[in-house]
Amino acid sequence: MPARPDLRRSSGLAALALVVLLLPLALQNNYHYEVAILVGLNAIVCVGLNLLIGYAGQISLGHAGFFGLGAYGSAILTVRYGWPPVGAMLATTAGVALVAWVIGRPILRMRGHYLAMATLGMGIIISIVIATEDRLTGGPDGMSVPPLALFGLALAGERLWYWMVGGVLLVAVWLALNLVDSPHGRALRALHGSEIGAEVAGIDSASHKVRVFVISAVYAAVAGSLTAHYAGFVTPSKVTFFHSIELVTMVVFGGMASTFGAVVGAALLTTLPQALTVFKEYEMVMFGAVMMLTMIFMPKGLVPTLAARFASRRPSP
Amino acid sequence: MSLLRVEQLGKEFGGVRAVAELDFAIPAATVFSIIGPNGAGKTTLLNLLTGVYVPTSGRIVFEERELTGRAPYEFAACGIARTFQNLQIFFNMSALENVMVGRHLHERCGLPAALFRFPSLGRSERAARTECEELMRFVGLGQYSAAQSDAMPYGALKRLEIARALATRPRLLLLDEPAAGLNPTETLEIDALISKLAASGITVVLVEHNMRLVMGVSDHILVLDYGKQLAEGTAEEVRRDPKVIEAYLGAGAAGEPAPARGAH
Amino acid sequence: MSAQFLQFLLAGLTVGAIYALVALGFSIIYNASQVINFAQGEFVMIGGMTTVSLTAIGWPLPFAIAAAVLAAAAVGLALEKFAVEPARGASVVTLIIITIGASILLRGVATLVWDKNIHPLKAFSGDAPIQMGGATLVPQSLWVMGITLVVVLLLTWFFGRTLLGKALLATSHNRLAAQLVGINVRHVLLASFGLSAALGAVAGILVAPITFTSWDVGVMLGLKGFAAAILGGMGSGPGAVLGGLLLGIIESMGAGYISSAYKDAIAFVVILAVLFFLPSGLLGKRSTDRV
Repeated sequence: MPARPDLRRSSGLAALALVVLLLPLALQNNYHYEVAILVGLNAIVCVGLNLLIGYAGQISLGHAGFFGLGAYGSAILTVRYGWPPVGAMLATTAGVALVAWVIGRPILRMRGHYLAMATLGMGIIISIVIATEDRLTGGPDGMSVPPLALFGLALAGERLWYWMVGGVLLVAVWLALNLVDSPHGRALRALHGSEIGAEVAGIDSASHKVRVFVISAVYAAVAGSLTAHYAGFVTPSKVTFFHSIELVTMVVFGGMASTFGAVVGAALLTTLPQALTVFKEYEMVMFGAVMMLTMIFMPKGLVPTLAARFASRRPSP
Repeated sequence: MSLLRVEQLGKEFGGVRAVAELDFAIPAATVFSIIGPNGAGKTTLLNLLTGVYVPTSGRIVFEERELTGRAPYEFAACGIARTFQNLQIFFNMSALENVMVGRHLHERCGLPAALFRFPSLGRSERAARTECEELMRFVGLGQYSAAQSDAMPYGALKRLEIARALATRPRLLLLDEPAAGLNPTETLEIDALISKLAASGITVVLVEHNMRLVMGVSDHILVLDYGKQLAEGTAEEVRRDPKVIEAYLGAGAAGEPAPARGAH
Repeated sequence: MSAQFLQFLLAGLTVGAIYALVALGFSIIYNASQVINFAQGEFVMIGGMTTVSLTAIGWPLPFAIAAAVLAAAAVGLALEKFAVEPARGASVVTLIIITIGASILLRGVATLVWDKNIHPLKAFSGDAPIQMGGATLVPQSLWVMGITLVVVLLLTWFFGRTLLGKALLATSHNRLAAQLVGINVRHVLLASFGLSAALGAVAGILVAPITFTSWDVGVMLGLKGFAAAILGGMGSGPGAVLGGLLLGIIESMGAGYISSAYKDAIAFVVILAVLFFLPSGLLGKRSTDRV
């Protein structure tokens, strides 16, 4: 890690902003824009999830649940109760934060496999409830969602959504980078390094874990709400165990403890299936193979492994 | 006035009594050593005194405050810090960051300030860096202030843990075998550091096997054997105590003054 | 005992026996390698689907079953050799993702080898329902419970009386000590994966006539078998059996008396309840960490 975190932070952020600004030059039709927007939405979830998995060293196999709560919260409030979309999104996000805080305390007392299983259970219970309460949620068929609107003006169209998601992603990355370089971020990384060492140094590990769990849930919920309005409908298919695994894979593939790695991971693993549409039946096989091979040969993830290889090429003093 | 008081302290692990009926007080501004053969319960005691283990019986009172059963970070917040026999360094962070973690207790950084990078955060971060660099110099690690922790030698890492513990601004510092694994030169340096720490007003509790180090630097010594308190007193008193001699050298040697030299 | 209660109980015992077999597979692998094998459910799927394919092309049922179990065992060995072995000493997160990746891979292969349809398997001895104290039972249920009992007895004999079985137990208690007395731990690991896969396959074959089988039948069964293993105490053989039967009964009663829509959620609520209140499960060991 370079001795000038501020420099690395702002140059990385500037590079990302540049990519967001210039990418439309390469996007030729609505489908391309759609993929780019999907990448952005996944990246938002992954940046938050990476704080939990990569920095704090915890695990969650149920984050699709928070994504789903965000999506369905927005959907239900706007469709069944007539709330304005932005208000619904804010209320939903606050609600998800509360749920994550309540669930987080008991769940995060566990570690390793037990934590993985508890978050798995949580995520699946959420998805089952969503699929079963069909009067509220539309059940397995889902429900349609009105477009996002600001002061009565509907925000629709691929290009507009591209800039909105790009903007939200940049803010999300900026916040995450700030958190990591702050005393809070140091506390999280210390937790990961040695929980007992952190505790005796005065870090209340339990409340830090809950805090980062809530933050990562908020990221997922915001992405969920945006997805609901962008797609115009919600279904339980995005709230599955498989989607939770996809998210974890993106984070781990791109690079744990690397915010930009999370973005890269989301970008690569969102576009990969799209690129493999020719081999549609092989999608699962390839995805599974990617997961296994990455973890066996590059356990630190793509970006940190490449960065380390790059650094070792420079002559040592 | 005693800084820390332990009353009838005991810890059981499912039938195994690691320590039992420990009853002693640690006076302020002293160097207090805990010695005993392997398995005597020294590290267990240290874990009890820092909240890592919860006692199954007895009380721990620090500065007249009841600490029994509290979480480790609460012990730290009250002014008790420690180092570990098996290093618990944060190898995923730089050396300076390791020390800065210790300062966490004394930083008031709210979540919004962290997320939005308020100017006050920049100021407090700079102050933190300066203070922690100073602490690293104090323990003799000035040359490592820009280093990554996973690139440092073992002896330096032991001192890094001490720097991190000092960052919590403790009034009581517990060192678990700080000289273990060090060569004679490094041991002398640790010796000097412990004296320096004591001179700065911190009460130091030392768990050590190196008898020369212990006898040279301690004001009080507590001897443990099989989890029980065997003897307690000044270095001279303990050295002469027949129970101690018997535990270390066997029944035949009791009744003679033990040689002052080295480990068994 | 009311007829309805008996009905639910029998249904619960039937599916509970399946969960017990899957849970045993989890426990055996966990004991040998500290790995939670998220691909366990796929062995169930392989057992059922292979038997369906082979009987469809004319193989007699017993041979099809034997071949299916062997096929699953082979996949289990391959999983250990190519996925778990190279990742020795990796972190918990890494291992979890590897086995999840393996389960996705296996499911992907299943869609290629077979298809995405649901396939029935002919019941072993017909479908004529049996009346028992007011409750109805299909003969296949008796097969399920009977074979599971036989398997559990065989395993008890295996672990208690054979050299390989004892080596497996020894490795699970203390790997280093096992190595020091000459046990080839690598072989033990392979054996444990092969055995767990076989158990999963047996479960899949037994239940296929009742609930049918498909490429993704392993997902839920795997997760529920895992819930059963946690309920009984991860790593405990008797715990796995107890947990499986108990989970099956709780699920059946819950679906019958409370809400059938939430039947699948019951297993996961059980997971959370156990992890919150009794992490070591009903029969598991309570452990303390040394610092």
